[in-house]
Amino acid sequence: MSFLQKTMKGAKIGHFKNTENSPSVVMPIPQEVCISMSQHMGPPCKPVVAKGDTVKVGTLVGDSDAFLSAPIHSSVSGTVKEISEIVVANGSKCQVVVIAADGEQTVDENVKPPVVETHADFVKAIKNSGLVGLGGAGFPTHIKMNPKNLDAVDTLVINAAECEPYITSDYRTMLERTQDILDGIAAIKKFIGIKQVKIGIENNKPKAIELLTKETANDPSVEVCSLPSLYPKGAEKVTIFETTGRVVKEGMLPADAGVILDNVTSVAFIGQYLRTGMPLVTKCLTVDGDAIAEPKNVVVPIGTRYADVIAFCGGYKKPAKKLIMGGPMMGILVYSDSYPVLKNNNALLAFSSERAIIEPESPCIRCGRCMNTCPYQLQPRQIEIAAQNDNIEMLNRLKVMLCMECGCCSYVCPAKRNLTFSNKLAKQKVRAASAKK
Amino acid sequence: MATNTENQVVQTEAAVSSKLMMTPSPHVKDSINTQKVMLTVAIALLPSLLAALYYFSFPALVLVATCVISCVVFEQLFCMVTKTQSSIHDCSAVVTGMILGFNVPVTLPLWMAIVGSFIAIVVVKCLFGGIGCNFANPAATARIFLLVSFATAMTNWVAPLHGVADTVASATPGRAMCNVMGVDYLAAATPLSSHVVEKPGFMQLLLGQHGGSLGETCAIALIIGGVFLIWRGIITWHIPVSVIGSVFVFALLFGQDPIFSVLTGGVMIGAFFMATDYSTSPVTPKGQIIFGIGIGFITMVIRTFCSYPEGMSFAILLMNIVTPHIDSLTMTKPFGAVFEEKKK
Repeated sequence: MSFLQKTMKGAKIGHFKNTENSPSVVMPIPQEVCISMSQHMGPPCKPVVAKGDTVKVGTLVGDSDAFLSAPIHSSVSGTVKEISEIVVANGSKCQVVVIAADGEQTVDENVKPPVVETHADFVKAIKNSGLVGLGGAGFPTHIKMNPKNLDAVDTLVINAAECEPYITSDYRTMLERTQDILDGIAAIKKFIGIKQVKIGIENNKPKAIELLTKETANDPSVEVCSLPSLYPKGAEKVTIFETTGRVVKEGMLPADAGVILDNVTSVAFIGQYLRTGMPLVTKCLTVDGDAIAEPKNVVVPIGTRYADVIAFCGGYKKPAKKLIMGGPMMGILVYSDSYPVLKNNNALLAFSSERAIIEPESPCIRCGRCMNTCPYQLQPRQIEIAAQNDNIEMLNRLKVMLCMECGCCSYVCPAKRNLTFSNKLAKQKVRAASAKK
Repeated sequence: MATNTENQVVQTEAAVSSKLMMTPSPHVKDSINTQKVMLTVAIALLPSLLAALYYFSFPALVLVATCVISCVVFEQLFCMVTKTQSSIHDCSAVVTGMILGFNVPVTLPLWMAIVGSFIAIVVVKCLFGGIGCNFANPAATARIFLLVSFATAMTNWVAPLHGVADTVASATPGRAMCNVMGVDYLAAATPLSSHVVEKPGFMQLLLGQHGGSLGETCAIALIIGGVFLIWRGIITWHIPVSVIGSVFVFALLFGQDPIFSVLTGGVMIGAFFMATDYSTSPVTPKGQIIFGIGIGFITMVIRTFCSYPEGMSFAILLMNIVTPHIDSLTMTKPFGAVFEEKKK
């Protein structure tokens, strides 16, 4: 990075990386799993199994032809108990396949290492693995790996910033599955034709920086970049800018800037999948929060209900008031602990009533903290006013659609205004207005 | 998603039944709030209050207390009359009262201070919509109002009780005396006044051993408070540095003593505590520097070319008026934004 290059703004947030020294432990197989058909950005999958079917670990249970979808596999061996519906955290409904586990964990006979020789093979293999962006957004990886301008893509950025407080699952992956990460990098480099690899890690993880720098020392194309611990350094466009200096313009994809960005755990999974052929059926979660008795990193079968995961972590220490799927800055609250673990889940936090306080909003004092903290230099307060007035033209001029909902503006606001939420609302209004046209 | 923009808390039936809360992210927030911001400013003003107490004795304290109490009472009364939720708990009226008290001479009759508080809180702040909505700095506007209405009382400067050499006092026999609440003061002009021949030394200016408003004479106490505010992250360096820097530079250009210009009158309290008022100053760093330079320029123009000896509060008020324009001209470009080019 050049000396004159500015780093992007952000909020100084307490790290709370309480579980960074707890190695990930594999959770015993729960009695039943509840596999959601919507574990990616695009339209939900359709179940391809029926009630009473016998499934094994890695058996395909949901699939879709839609562009932004990825197939879903069973994480246990057992019998399909029912195909039902749950209410997703955002209020919509979604189909789930409930599987009663037999505890045998018999592996499906179709699970074998894929034969990958060309770029097309690679994309197909990634698609069959069911991999989605494990950082949180759940963008299907095979689409990322198949950009329109394949020849122009020369850089792979590995997002290992893990900027959200509490979460340490990526950090543990870096320490425990270093070889998988290196294999994944090698495969992507080979099949996409990558010239340089940048690994962006926040400087609050010196051990991971040291380890990966050592492991990649003999490969001059790989550079480990130490990023300042200033939330949100792990946001897609922020990581790309901080590691390569490239700006992903409004409405563009990273590939348009010649970059493929992938989460470090996704890369580790690619390395592991090409070796074993086992699709994405388990996920490492950080289970933490002041209501959890024994915070730790747990490898859980996808579809395990939160109640089972929390029971494995010693249960609740205090009554939980907030159950967060993901980190405390961008995570979504779930309404019940019977909710299942999804592919793109990287943390499960339970806060007691002490940490779940709603502070009343007070008038804006025009201190400017929100806009001086926004990594994208947006003006959350102006957006809030424009959204209240339904001023779509103003919202477009303020570039509200750039907002990534990182939560910095709400975090720093001394008047406790829910600015991130009003940004979300404003984006909905802009979308609704453009749909009308 | 069932959204309720009024209280912005999303609740589903399931959330109520299982006693889990549903709120939008983020789920952690900084501990800062408006009240803490205002109390930090009040703490930053304490060194100056102590200096005022030392130099002008207890009448200074009585005057500042009168301003603070009347500001808070006026705000509460306004909220009661307009049937709006009381807003005094944010402590912004306390800060306004303190700054207003610092801006008047210690000899000012208390009823005039109460009139000043009324102007600051009711006319300038509450009538425009309360905290965050006022376009002009309440304390600066009230000072100007008092100066225009009660010109004699507002320029009745007295010498501090300590630090001014006895020889000076005794060498001018028959000098006017002034008795406030049993404390005798010697009349003294502000060093900015054109007929003061013997200017105080820099050390005296820094320590506050000269005539002036009760809270603005001791430069060192104000600097301590201002540095505290910058350290606590309540204000940034942009406005104070650009105000003081531009006063220095324009004093040089206008042929005045730059250090004397910076240390006298309302420059220090204005730069650190009045120009930095959130509501009435630009929000972008670039805008804040333009704002600060504007204040420094207008102050020095008034001091050098106009009949008023001091122009800080006028400068702040004039720059408050252009703040919205500075804001819209210095708007930051969002990261990666693509603007459609204007068709010619």
